[in-house]
Amino acid sequence: MKKSRVSKTYQEINEKIRQGRAVVLTAEEMIDMVERHGEAEAARRVDVVTTGTFSPMCSSGAFLNFGHTSPKIRASRVWLNDVPAYGGLAAVDCYLGATEVAEGDPLNSVYPGEFNYGGGHVIEDLVAGNVVRLRLEGYGTDCYPARKQERNMTLSDMRDAILFNPRNAYQNYSCAVNVSDKTIYTYMGMLRPRMANANYATSGQLSPLLNDPYYRTIGLGTRIFLGGAQGYVAWQGTQHNPRVRRGENGVPREGAGTLATIGNLKEMSPRWLVGASMLGYGVSLYVGIGIPIPILDEEMARFTAVRDADIYVQIYDYSMDYPKGDLKSLGEISYGELRTGEIVLNGKKVSAAPLSSYYKAREIAMILKEWIEQGAFLLGEPQHLLPSV
Amino acid sequence: MKALTKKNRSPNIAPTNSQGSEGMAEEQIVSRKIVIHYTAENVDQPIICQLVKTHDLIFNILKARIFPKREGIIVLELSGNQRNFDNGIRFLKDKGLKVEPLSKSVNQNSDKCVHCGACTAFCPTDALSFEPGTRKVVFDPEKCNGCELCVSACPVRAMEVNIF
Ligand code: SF4
Ligand code: SF4
Repeated sequence: MKKSRVSKTYQEINEKIRQGRAVVLTAEEMIDMVERHGEAEAARRVDVVTTGTFSPMCSSGAFLNFGHTSPKIRASRVWLNDVPAYGGLAAVDCYLGATEVAEGDPLNSVYPGEFNYGGGHVIEDLVAGNVVRLRLEGYGTDCYPARKQERNMTLSDMRDAILFNPRNAYQNYSCAVNVSDKTIYTYMGMLRPRMANANYATSGQLSPLLNDPYYRTIGLGTRIFLGGAQGYVAWQGTQHNPRVRRGENGVPREGAGTLATIGNLKEMSPRWLVGASMLGYGVSLYVGIGIPIPILDEEMARFTAVRDADIYVQIYDYSMDYPKGDLKSLGEISYGELRTGEIVLNGKKVSAAPLSSYYKAREIAMILKEWIEQGAFLLGEPQHLLPSV
Repeated sequence: MKALTKKNRSPNIAPTNSQGSEGMAEEQIVSRKIVIHYTAENVDQPIICQLVKTHDLIFNILKARIFPKREGIIVLELSGNQRNFDNGIRFLKDKGLKVEPLSKSVNQNSDKCVHCGACTAFCPTDALSFEPGTRKVVFDPEKCNGCELCVSACPVRAMEVNIF
């Protein structure tokens, strides 16, 4: 490629945002822009491209500090609406994980279990302003004598509430099928026997990390849309793995990068944090995330113009191979093909459905675009980039 | 019965509603999905048989459930000409049965639906599908057969089937 002729800094782009002059497009709109004007011209014209994703994201949860009442308690065991939270942090701090199931849930003893309520639903209830029942147990110390407490609380009664998700926004993911002859229930949803359906995730061409495949602009300190509020990328997510097969466009052909995200739960909304019940599997949390990508040069213009037809995923069997930990790709398919709702696998027509909401991903990218256009959202320059290749 | 007056199935006959001219109504073949609620008193009556014999209707059972107290439901697709169909429905109601169009019993809760599309691969009738352009998941109650597969597939419990 020719040497970059366009070169912008975070400071320059932020100055334009402050002055209300920044040109912002969504990742969908950027496809047209680059197609029509080429990447050099697009890089010159466009300052920021916004992305979005809305998907069940396990490895999410919240740190809650529910404050003291008299007498004080060292809450070593904590429940919110009967969902256990981890209390081994400090006297009145806990971590509530999205996939924790309510105590007493029959789980899969009545197969497939319904998993009606869990950590993800508590988080949704909290951001919706609903009252939750807090139940605490301590062992009694000289400084914290209480052994049991119960009270009703809302999110605004909490001293602090921080959404901290150790692994979000997977850069690409697998497409799941079931080759066995009975229906299976997985975190990728219900999979009918003999490859009757295929489920996939991520918002493809709108997905944050698919628009910055080598994480040139995303790292600790990147300001993002998180659950309806402004949050941050805190670190690379757990299982972050840049060393995977990639296409010529640099886009991973399987699950690769991930993000740890953080933000103030009190500012978030039930529109963008929604509890999920996966039949026969468990509970989770739909998380809405949007990341603005600065168009620093031509290369970023090219990256952000990636389209569904050029993003490939591997198809894996979740009945035998996945549980055994012996993943063999059954084939490769593009998002473009998946989005038609039907794919052909081994000569057989298979109906394909997403778990992520493209509709909501697009809404997030639009909201983020508005925030930036209005000068209400400045880019956060990453202080530490994610490990790349 | 208004809610039951829906699109014509036969492609050759222009759709008219059941209040239309008698002559047309005679010709018109209609096909509707209905839910019949039984109570313990009428569960033993040979109702379906009468629909066929007396009212010349064709039926296809989509679902049937009898509960412990002997009340139950049956979901039928009922086809025949408009007059026979109306008479059949009247006959069921005269027997003291509650009859409802199936479309009234299945609902996509728009406050809950996140438009993910997880249900679309399971819906056997294409009642749930992506709206091109907006990529919203839309529900067409007329196509629905009440199978409840979407209820199992939906992670946020947005599909509500109240057949009981
Ligand atoms: S009940 Fe649900 S899955 Fe079944 S036909 Fe109706 S909409 Fe489709
Ligand atoms: S699975 Fe549920 S939430 Fe998703 S589109 Fe269907 S009805 Fe809506």
